[in-house]
This record gives sequence, structure tokens and C-alpha cells, in this order.
Amino acid sequence: MDNPFNDRLRPAPSHDSQPYWDGLKEHRLLLQTCADCGTVRHYPRPVCDQCYSMRVEWIEASGHATIHSWTISHHAFHPCFKKDLPLTLVTADLAEGVRLCAPLKDAPPGSLRIGAPLRVGFETVDDDLTLPLLILADTP
Amino acid sequence: MKSLCEKGAVTGIGETAYTKGSGKSTIALQMEAALAAIADAGLTPKDIDGIVPYSSGDGVAEDFITNFGIADLRFSATTPMGGASAIAGIQAAILAIEGGVARHVLIPFGRNGYSGGRIGARVQQLPQFRTIGEFEMPVGQIAPAQLYAQMARRHMMQYGTTSRQLAEIAVTFRQHALLNDNAIMKTPMTVEQHQESRMISDPLRLFDCCLESDGGAALVISGAGPAKDMKQRPIYIMGIAEGHPDQPSAITQRGDMTILGTAKAVPHAFGMAGVSHDDIDVAEIYDCFTYIVLCQLEDLGFCAKGEGGAFVENGGISLTGRLPVNTHGGLLSQAHIIGMNHIVELVKQLRGDGGKAQVAGARIGLVTGYGDMGDGTVAIMRN
Repeated sequence: MDNPFNDRLRPAPSHDSQPYWDGLKEHRLLLQTCADCGTVRHYPRPVCDQCYSMRVEWIEASGHATIHSWTISHHAFHPCFKKDLPLTLVTADLAEGVRLCAPLKDAPPGSLRIGAPLRVGFETVDDDLTLPLLILADTP
Repeated sequence: MKSLCEKGAVTGIGETAYTKGSGKSTIALQMEAALAAIADAGLTPKDIDGIVPYSSGDGVAEDFITNFGIADLRFSATTPMGGASAIAGIQAAILAIEGGVARHVLIPFGRNGYSGGRIGARVQQLPQFRTIGEFEMPVGQIAPAQLYAQMARRHMMQYGTTSRQLAEIAVTFRQHALLNDNAIMKTPMTVEQHQESRMISDPLRLFDCCLESDGGAALVISGAGPAKDMKQRPIYIMGIAEGHPDQPSAITQRGDMTILGTAKAVPHAFGMAGVSHDDIDVAEIYDCFTYIVLCQLEDLGFCAKGEGGAFVENGGISLTGRLPVNTHGGLLSQAHIIGMNHIVELVKQLRGDGGKAQVAGARIGLVTGYGDMGDGTVAIMRN
């Protein structure tokens, strides 16, 4: 397929976010924390809004999360997602206090509710890109 | 503290025909609307000494200097807040006027939202969407409809809001559009038709989403003093404010995703105006999606958080309801002119030029803008 519009939308990592994307490639969800006051922040950015420090450390998230909200998209807003319809997208509260927005895979109909426990998974797209995904925690 | 209360007035309004297929360039649409607004104000293009063009559009102040032969433009600025930009532009205009920099500021909007670049396509190109462009678009969270669907879902789960209540908003605005000759949608809609419309991003259906349309609309803002002696009855701006939400670049990271930036603007705008909610005779509320209307009604304080569904039921926001809203049909049924059509409609209502949708005796009205994932603006005006 030569049509570039069927290609995946790819991130353009910045100096601030590169460790996040590198972590995903190793199937690790890394979160930025302030090296001075320890506040976790997401999405990655240069300054801590609590103490204004620009010193950064990265921690690995536990992978525990709960549903904050969700939508089920029946329209492909980009051609590369046509094959995934209907697409369940979940905003999840991570145990670390920030949120992750990712597709939820293999959710039985009617199983979605606020607070439902989730775990974080990974989808290896190719050598250059791995994306996060979410799975209902009680799914075998 | 100094206040902008009644320091500025809308002295001219202009609109093109709203269509699906203008056959004109976006610059031409902006010029046509601007010339109409300037003529409405009783001015000539050379009287314009300030311009606030639409920040996400393709018209810049230079286009107006060139086309109108403006010899000494003294003020130009942009207010990049998506659908909240027009009212933010009015605030910038009044600041420039009150500061003695400009006398008559033009705010021209226009685009080919239907026949040109679609609204969804523009999102990926804007710097304020760099964050969701990097972290959310690759996982499939691409369009505002999907994010607003998650906001609406959260509201439904927390407060019991229903899709039928969202339908009431769409149906009411369609009724209003049928009274308006310059509205794109010309057939009635029922709640059942809304419920049968295609699911876009659950819980939002096709009829929860605004139109994509072609057209232009423009305002002239002048100082309150000179406005008294101009061609039209001046419509005074009593209160005006902009509000930026927490985590403005990522709805998913926002502490409470059921509160918009609007909530921050509301106390400033009402405080400046010195009026209460009971004083508002008519409201034109930015309606990119039905849910965003419901959420703003709460953030504006017309009802408590969670009570928006009940507020819009049983014709609550119709011409005969407790608060007539979007008397022109709104973005949902008149046209998507980035909310400039809402401001033009409020001015018409306060001039008594509301036609078949005129709210009898309207003296004080409110208009909102909303955009870029949560920015909100509020203006309160009187005749």
C-alpha cells in the first residue's frame, strides 16, 4: 500500500518525551517525575508546576489503573483506524495519579463502568513504535 | 480597579450567506462580511484602525490593509482560542480602544469549513494540539468529537444525563433555525430522529455534532462615547472575560473533565457587568456539540453542575422557555462560523432585529465562545 494516508499516525518525540517512547519499546510505561519534589507529571514537559524545578527522573508505572471515562468510536477519524472500528478508547486513572488515554482491547459489551480495574499492556507496532493499551484487569 | 464595563460597544455587524459551497475564497468571505459590518456601522473601510483576524484562519491584518487601503493601522492582534477567539477578540479590541491605541476595531471571521479544509483536519496542524498530536492521536484519539464524547460519558455516569436530553438541545436549535432565512438546515428534527442518527463516537450521535459550513461574519467595535453618535443603536458590552481550563492542552489529564474554562470567566464577566442570571433575557451559547451547551449552562451558573439535562428538557431553552438559547439555530443548525454568528445574533436580538425569532423586549443578553479543548469566553451586552 503506497497511500501515505493509510499509514499509522506516528508521534514526533521531543527531547522531553523521548524516554517515554523509548520505555514503551521495552514494554515499560515510564512516567516523568520531579527530581526535587517527586511530583509525577504527564504528559512529559520541561517544568514541575509544583516547585518549578526542571530536573527530571523517570519511574516505571505499576500498570494498575481504573476507568475514568471512555468513548466507543464508530467513525474512523483517520483512515488507519478503519480496521479497528468500533474503537473503544479509555481515559484511565493510573495508580501514580496521572492519566493514560489508550485503546481498550477485548472488552465484553456492557463491561465498562467508571472505576473498573485495568492493567496496562503494550502493542508493538514495528521496530520503531510501541503503543500503550489497556485491558480489563479481570480478563483472563 | 479599572473596569471595561460599558467602555466599548458593537457598532456594526455583517454576515455573508451561510452555505455548503460558497464558490468564494475565504479571504473574499471575510472581506464581504467586513464590508457589510463597516457599512452597518456607518463607517468607511479607511476608518478602521484596528483588526483582530481569526488566529486559525488564513486572513491576516495585511490582507485588510491591502484590500481596504488602510493608511495607518494602529492595532492588530490575534486571540488563539479556537471557537472562543471571537469574544476574546472583543476584549482585546476594548482594551486597545480604552488604551487610546485604536478607535474602530474590525473583527472579521470567515472560512470554507464545508468546501475547503475540514475542521477535523485543521486540528493536527495547530501548536496548541502538539500534546494530543504526540500522545493521543497515535492511539486513535484524534478528533474533538471523541474527547467531548468522553466528557459527556463522564457527565452521564456522574449525574445521570441522557442522550435524549442532548437531543432536546439539537431539536430546539433546529426549531429556531427554521425561523431564520440564513440557516443551512431547513427541515424539522424530532428527538426520535436524533436517537436514530448515526453513532459517531458513543455517546455522541451525528445530530449531536455541529455543521461544517461556508461563510463569513464580522463586527466593528468602537468606544462607548463615539458609539452614541454612530449610525446604529450601540450595543454596549457590560461584562467580558476569557477563561482557560487547567491542563488546557489535554482534556484527558484535566482533574474534572466536566468543567470548562468557561467557569473561570463567569465570575469576571458577571462581576464586571453587575447583573445577575435573572437579568439575562436571551443567550447565544457556543454549540460545537450538544453536550458542550449543557456543560456551559452549568458552568455559567444558570443551573447547578449536573442539572443541565433537566434545564434543557421540556422546551427550557426554546423561545418560550425559561432561557431562550441560540435563537439563530447555532452551529448545530444555522452554520459554523466559529461563533461569530452567535455574537451577530445577540446584537440583532438587542437591536430588536431578531425577525421571527425575536425575544420580546430583550434588553440584556449573554454570548459565549468555546474552543481548543476547553477555552471559554463570555460576554454580557445590553441595548
